[in-house]
Amino acid sequence: MKFLERIQPLIAVIVGLALGLLITQFAGESPWHVLKVLAGSAFGSRYDIGMTLFYATPLIFTGLAVAIPFHAGLFNIGAEGQLTLGALAAAAVGIWFPNAPWPLAPLFAGLAAFSAGALWAAIPGWLRARRGSHEVITTIMLNFVAAGVASYATLYLLKNPDSQNPETMAVGAGYLLEHIKFFGDAPVNSALFLALIAAALVGVFLWRTVGGFQLRAVGQGEQAAKTAGIDPGKMRILAMCLAGGMAGLVGVAEVLGNATRFKLGFSPDYGFIGIAVALLGRNKPLGVIAAAVLFGALHKGTIDLDLETENVTRDLSLILQALIIVTVSADGLWSWMRKAKTNGGTL
Amino acid sequence: MEVIASMLRVATPLLFAALGGMVSERAGVVNIALEGMMLIGAFAGAAVAYTTQSPWLGAGAAMLAGVFIAAFYGLIVIQLRANQIIGGTAINMLAAGLTPFLSKIFFDVTGNTPSLPMEARFQYAPMIAAWVLVIGAWFWLKYTPSGTWVRFAGEKPEALESAGVRVNRVRWISVLISGCLAGLGGASLSIFLASSFSRNMTAGRGFMALAALIFGRWMPIPTAIACLLFGFADAAQIRLQGVVLWGAEPVPVQFIQILPYLATILVLAGFVGQSRAPKSLGLPFKKG
Repeated sequence: MKFLERIQPLIAVIVGLALGLLITQFAGESPWHVLKVLAGSAFGSRYDIGMTLFYATPLIFTGLAVAIPFHAGLFNIGAEGQLTLGALAAAAVGIWFPNAPWPLAPLFAGLAAFSAGALWAAIPGWLRARRGSHEVITTIMLNFVAAGVASYATLYLLKNPDSQNPETMAVGAGYLLEHIKFFGDAPVNSALFLALIAAALVGVFLWRTVGGFQLRAVGQGEQAAKTAGIDPGKMRILAMCLAGGMAGLVGVAEVLGNATRFKLGFSPDYGFIGIAVALLGRNKPLGVIAAAVLFGALHKGTIDLDLETENVTRDLSLILQALIIVTVSADGLWSWMRKAKTNGGTL
Repeated sequence: MEVIASMLRVATPLLFAALGGMVSERAGVVNIALEGMMLIGAFAGAAVAYTTQSPWLGAGAAMLAGVFIAAFYGLIVIQLRANQIIGGTAINMLAAGLTPFLSKIFFDVTGNTPSLPMEARFQYAPMIAAWVLVIGAWFWLKYTPSGTWVRFAGEKPEALESAGVRVNRVRWISVLISGCLAGLGGASLSIFLASSFSRNMTAGRGFMALAALIFGRWMPIPTAIACLLFGFADAAQIRLQGVVLWGAEPVPVQFIQILPYLATILVLAGFVGQSRAPKSLGLPFKKG
């Protein structure tokens, strides 16, 4: 890999951030000041770093949920729906069996979250493999269906009778995950380790096993894979199931690790940010982890903008994310830069 | 009668956005950015309608804003050949972040614009305009040369290029039209159905328009009918909230809410009818 290609994501992030910060100039803020607030609020103290990692945890899961199908030539934009149902399943198990003892309890709830996400993602996988329906459209549609199902379950089946908020009852005490004490009051919890282990396992599966090799073969060329005796449909369904499972595990971080219950709309679009995470991380586990921390930091950092600046609010995080996506994914931009270089021109 | 009237009203933003999406997708450019284009249009429309007290200027501003954001989308996915799904996601995020950011600058409130008086809102005009556009789009795609170019840009771009028409130029114009219509769709939310812009007010209607477009098999008249059906589901859902029809429990409106999306999946899967996308949808065109 050439040097420029290797550091491409890094340049893209810097360019995207710079563009986004320049916009704050129009709001009458100094971009430099905004950057300082961002950095300080994301990494300034143990608590801040803990919050950054807290937001990064679900993003590792959703980043993997986009990355795995990518290797099979699929685009999963259904992580949002998959994580919703995963979280709902974790909460349901915790409510129906409140007396389950630790550590069996979180294990079962985690399994339920993984399975719910996997089953939900199996639908677009199967539709693509056997009916030829494009997974981009079906996953978008299923996001809305999942939101409807979750809303029904929360308001009618598992409703917390003591609250006006749209949320379920709390899970049993045996289900709760410990917060990592090092980070003070930040709700970052052992689900972070689960996310890191999941990323490692995904890496091992994709690059060190026959199944993973077959899955990637389908992504690199369906015809060639068929000739080699691989069933592309089967691999696509498998890829979607694994992806949905990963997204479902967000439920472990949120329900067992933070909220103790399922709250409607708890996710600030973790599923969609997962697309950016996978893209920036080049669909590799380590890259996904690094990108998740970056986007987690953006999320945490921009929250403090509400207080620390006059005119710029946390909405800046969406603008920054969008611009980073653009600079990372604009293929033509990079080939143009490379061409400029080989022609001896200036950048 | 009342239900039909509210169905027609609710379907209006969907019609504009779905027609916009149709133009870009028939030309071969996926448009999941409809949601963001609508949101920008809704903001620009309400902001200018409030400032000038004229709904017409508001609608004009919404179209301009839609064209502007569509130009950014075109730059990313046509010129810089970014993946169209990723580019669309970026546009949606950008719109979701930019609208509250701008409302804070212009009106010093995050996420809202001031409430519009009756004179600064539309009564019927967008509803009528939408249906005129449906007929116009049908005629244009079927019977005019430029409509044919759009269809070829999405089906057989190579053939179009060898016939001497620049594919990427056709796609560019289609994407800009798409943004213009989606912006108008957004404006009909904020200055026709509602009386101000509010944070994330499109609430998935861009995606619902996309669903209607697929349900309508990328054709103007069936797409318009799909918009009506989905508009009906939306109107019924609002009306039935908390209503007890049978037994003791109110009707779970969630099941009505998800109907359009379920129906679209069924159509896409070929269980009910068959829906086929333009052949070169989603593929960047690079001259050989």
